[in-house]
Amino acid sequence: MKRYILARLAIVPFLLFGIVTVAFIISRLIPADPLTSIVGERAMGNPEVIAAAKSKWGLDKSVPEQYWAYLSNLVRGDLGTSFRTKNSVVSDLAERIPATLELAVTAMIIGGVGGVLLGKFSARRKDRPADHAARVFALVGSSLPVFWTGLAALFLLYARLGVFPGPGRLPSRVDPPPQVTGFYTIDALLDGDVSLFWQCLARLILPAAVLGWAIMGSISRLVRASMLDEMHSDYVRTARAKGLRERAVMRGHVLRNALLPVLTIVGFSFATLLTGAVLTETIFEWNGVGSYAVAATRNLDYPAINAVCLFGGVVFLLSNLATDLLYALADPKVRLT
Amino acid sequence: MTGPLLSLSGLTVDFSVGDGVVHAVRGVDLDVNHGEVVGLVGESGSGKSVTMLGLLGLLAPNARVGGSALFDGTEILGLTGKPLRALRGGRIGMIFQDPMTSLNPVLTIGRQLAEAIEAHQPTLTGKRVRARVQELLEMVSIPNAAERIAAYPHELSGGMRQRVVIAMALANEPELLIADEPTTALDVTIQAQILDVLADLRQRTNTAMVIITHDLGLVAGVADRVNVMYAGRVVERAEVDEIFHKHQHPYTAGLLRCLPRLDRRGIDLDPIGGAPPRLDRLPEGCAFAPRCRAAIDECLVRDPMLRMVGASVVACHRAPDAVASLTGAGA
Repeated sequence: MKRYILARLAIVPFLLFGIVTVAFIISRLIPADPLTSIVGERAMGNPEVIAAAKSKWGLDKSVPEQYWAYLSNLVRGDLGTSFRTKNSVVSDLAERIPATLELAVTAMIIGGVGGVLLGKFSARRKDRPADHAARVFALVGSSLPVFWTGLAALFLLYARLGVFPGPGRLPSRVDPPPQVTGFYTIDALLDGDVSLFWQCLARLILPAAVLGWAIMGSISRLVRASMLDEMHSDYVRTARAKGLRERAVMRGHVLRNALLPVLTIVGFSFATLLTGAVLTETIFEWNGVGSYAVAATRNLDYPAINAVCLFGGVVFLLSNLATDLLYALADPKVRLT
Repeated sequence: MTGPLLSLSGLTVDFSVGDGVVHAVRGVDLDVNHGEVVGLVGESGSGKSVTMLGLLGLLAPNARVGGSALFDGTEILGLTGKPLRALRGGRIGMIFQDPMTSLNPVLTIGRQLAEAIEAHQPTLTGKRVRARVQELLEMVSIPNAAERIAAYPHELSGGMRQRVVIAMALANEPELLIADEPTTALDVTIQAQILDVLADLRQRTNTAMVIITHDLGLVAGVADRVNVMYAGRVVERAEVDEIFHKHQHPYTAGLLRCLPRLDRRGIDLDPIGGAPPRLDRLPEGCAFAPRCRAAIDECLVRDPMLRMVGASVVACHRAPDAVASLTGAGA
């Protein structure tokens, strides 16, 4: 097990190197000039300003030289300075990652718990109207794009019915709670400010539900199918023949075994969540990595683009690793050596 | 307390499938006395497993069980909830056919055994449960029982797993043990070991057993009495010796002719021609008649009832002459 983890971790740097390189190449291939966003349209006519900006941001050097400089900075933990915000990318990201994680984790909980419950509900009512309704609900969630469901949810639940607050992590003119974890809901609780907690939670629920709904479909479908498989398995009959309560049979044998394949899809879903976050954050004015990525791309903010790609890569690799390890813990037949 | 431990009368099991109904068990009468080993023999699909699974409500939801089943004088058909759970794994233990699939792959065998004990003795402390688990594993001769408690099913061989399944069935000292093809999925050498385990248990615990099998050879070694089933009915019932030497039903005779025997080297096996009837479209008359070499016109129109012939109870119009006429015809 230990060796397996070490081996997996050992290849992580190589994968990250690949991600960084691809991101670097793609951003340089875009036929546009980042100088426009650095110095502004008006100064574009002034060769001195341009030359100064080019040398300041290292754009006067050849692409291989830029690449080398980028890599050597990266090794030292320096992701460069954003063309757009003029802050170091590391501090920009540090500020925004908690926002995205808060959204993604909440969406994961909504989608994961909702998907498992929905799948279990469907499996126990196989082919009855309730099953069909549940499956349609799940299918709609995973088929509709999140920017559409997000807009529709905002329009209906905020603009029309007013049951949810509008976009943004915080109400206007309210200061965020003192930062501990970066999750506003948790920090508000830690600060003892219960009313702020509820405000933050109310603003978190809608985007998280929109995002969670998108992954609920694949999870519930898998849970339903694998529960139906397990229900007819011999060892479930054995469990019944032992005199176990139906509830114990369902929880201890059927659901437990049915959740094994679900672990895999949960890992993949986390990646879906992150890409979904780009759109959701833009629509809900969520100050996270997703909206940062959109702004960075729009301004051809090379360091920020690369950093966001790197972040995505790290999250993807870590969630896959976590999936594998959880799988090994849950399924004794998988012995990692 | 002199009555039989288990007494089935007119037991039926119907499965509703799509457009029709499959009559898998069509009125089975069967007694199992205290401490007795009863063999239930027949081809696949003859209804032998379904009969016993139906008793404990272990069939698929589309099954309907009818008739009567008295266990120790009490009707057990239609039981649900707590009284049913008290029987399952409590007073009646079950052993299943395929030990590769009848254990949960993600739980240790110790956990699965403990579950069986805890379901019926909820007041037992963890320590006592563990001690009992080990005792059970030793009872079915699993070596290094103390270490094996933490093993997962895939870490054990098929024979060892079947011992675990047997131990599980015995966890609460049942009065009746139902073994559904306990050796079918195992190698021949392992089969013999498992049979030894069962025979040994029988001697020590005096548990009554029903052994379901398609293998008459297996029954010869362990059973006291044998019921031969065909198309959802018992067609012949007798002491084990009678079944082998003085059987009255042409189907029993056919099954025996299918057994390879060392004393008949060089003589071809003689399989029963044809296939069992479809249970949703049973012929009029005797269900075996279309495959029976001794059949007469009456067999095709009137279903024979069970009756005493010699030392057997048999459902055949032509008994006691049927088997004799077969030998004549075969020669």
